[in-house]
Amino acid sequence: MTAAAGRAPTPLIDCDVHNALPADDALHPYMPAEWRERRDGLSYLPAQFRNVRENLGDRSYIGAEYPRPTPRASRVDAWPPGGGPPASDLAFTRAQLLDAWNIRYAVLNPLLGIGEMLNLELAGVLARAANDWLAAEWLDRDPRLRASIIVPYEDGPAAAREIDRLGGDPRFVQVLVLSRMIEPMGRRRYWPIYEACERNGLPLAVHNGGWGGHPITPAGYPSYYIEDAAAMAGAFQAQVTSLLCEGVLQRFPTLRVVLIEGGFAWLPALMWRLDRAWRKLRAEVPALDRPPSELVRERFWVSTQPMEEPERPEQFAELLEQLGMTEHIMFSTDYPHWDFDAPAQAFPIRLPPDIARRIQHDNAADLYGLGMPAAATATGR
Amino acid sequence: MTRHVVCRADELPPGTRRIVQAGGRSIGVYNVGGDYLAIRNRCPHQGGPLCEGVQVGAVTSRGPGDYRHERPGEIVRCPWHGWEFDLRTGASWFDPKRRRVRAYEVELLAQADLDDGLEPPLPGLVRGPYTAERVPVTVEDAFVVLDLGG
Repeated sequence: MTAAAGRAPTPLIDCDVHNALPADDALHPYMPAEWRERRDGLSYLPAQFRNVRENLGDRSYIGAEYPRPTPRASRVDAWPPGGGPPASDLAFTRAQLLDAWNIRYAVLNPLLGIGEMLNLELAGVLARAANDWLAAEWLDRDPRLRASIIVPYEDGPAAAREIDRLGGDPRFVQVLVLSRMIEPMGRRRYWPIYEACERNGLPLAVHNGGWGGHPITPAGYPSYYIEDAAAMAGAFQAQVTSLLCEGVLQRFPTLRVVLIEGGFAWLPALMWRLDRAWRKLRAEVPALDRPPSELVRERFWVSTQPMEEPERPEQFAELLEQLGMTEHIMFSTDYPHWDFDAPAQAFPIRLPPDIARRIQHDNAADLYGLGMPAAATATGR
Repeated sequence: MTRHVVCRADELPPGTRRIVQAGGRSIGVYNVGGDYLAIRNRCPHQGGPLCEGVQVGAVTSRGPGDYRHERPGEIVRCPWHGWEFDLRTGASWFDPKRRRVRAYEVELLAQADLDDGLEPPLPGLVRGPYTAERVPVTVEDAFVVLDLGG
């Protein structure tokens, strides 16, 4: 504390934390009895056979997960000493993340596979249970936590109902979908979600992942996880393109979109390509009445981890200039995953202090309405 | 030359490692098949606790379809991002020239060789101004000693 006297440390908002269920049946207390019984109907079996999701009726597309380099794609040191998977234990998450890095707010994005479940009724029930679990076991227990609303996104009207149910709770700061869905995101089946986002003043967050029944790369099914990890930006590019060309941003003029864990070095090139195509082809998409790059810079936000690292570090500054979105870049650690970014070492270059502060705190505070820390307004500026 | 006594040799059998505080740094000291090796417990990538990572072998390939597992236990993999370092040299496996972690010399000394220039064998104690006459009782003992250099 004395070392920081006279100068407040840069406050930090972590925009991507993946908390997890401590056990497969952790949502059961939050589910209606009829659904709980269906999922729990194998309780007469020994535990090792009960814990099989297929037996419990959870079905998604086969092959969605390439084997990660570490169990649960997590830092090897992130397994809580008291048991359970990484980031399933609030106390250990506090110690290893929130306290360790002096994080002011962290946004929870639990990746539970709910949104792409093929049984839409069950997806709706699980989404509701997951949000109630988030509120009761995380948000109620630490004032630094915020969360995304989990929705059954392949069922637009049901997703909208869940957004409306939680829209009044300011601790839920956005709506979470994944970058690979059944159809491109601009298609009409998803419009009820965007309408509900607008109605509740919530950004839409698109996180890397999902499946939607498509090959994980546009070229087909690759052999290795490294191909999935390195080629994942393709899905983000397709989604940005779809949202723009389907006129979603004009139809929902206050909708803001956050791209999480997708990188952003590809975004300037996509803007250039889209602008060039738009000049020649815009008659095909009359709703897209402005250069796409303008809409991208106004309505899209990006998170940092895993940002691209140029061969020469100084090229990172050029990248920020090409992007022209310094007020829309938000810091994220991706804790507890194996590609976690440590706040102090995350950037390839030392950022100018005002830009660092925007990225590490102010941009997210503005987007999510989190305000400025009292200490900073007292001693800073 | 600053030396730091890590432990008695029989407290660091083959296949084990100890993380010690020495010279203001956290250092992992390893016994790999009877060879004593030490590297700094801080990954040069993002500062992860490198020595808390698993020890693995090197998977090498002379060409597509040829895979070999060599030097078991001589590579440490950072628990955060999986960067791999050679315990013998501190060099990273993927970019040995540019990415390395500090490696230290480790010696095995008999108690009789632990002279006054050494820190006491119990970590955390500061050596006092007086030295009592010592009677070597366990002359057979060997100690693992970390050489911190300069």
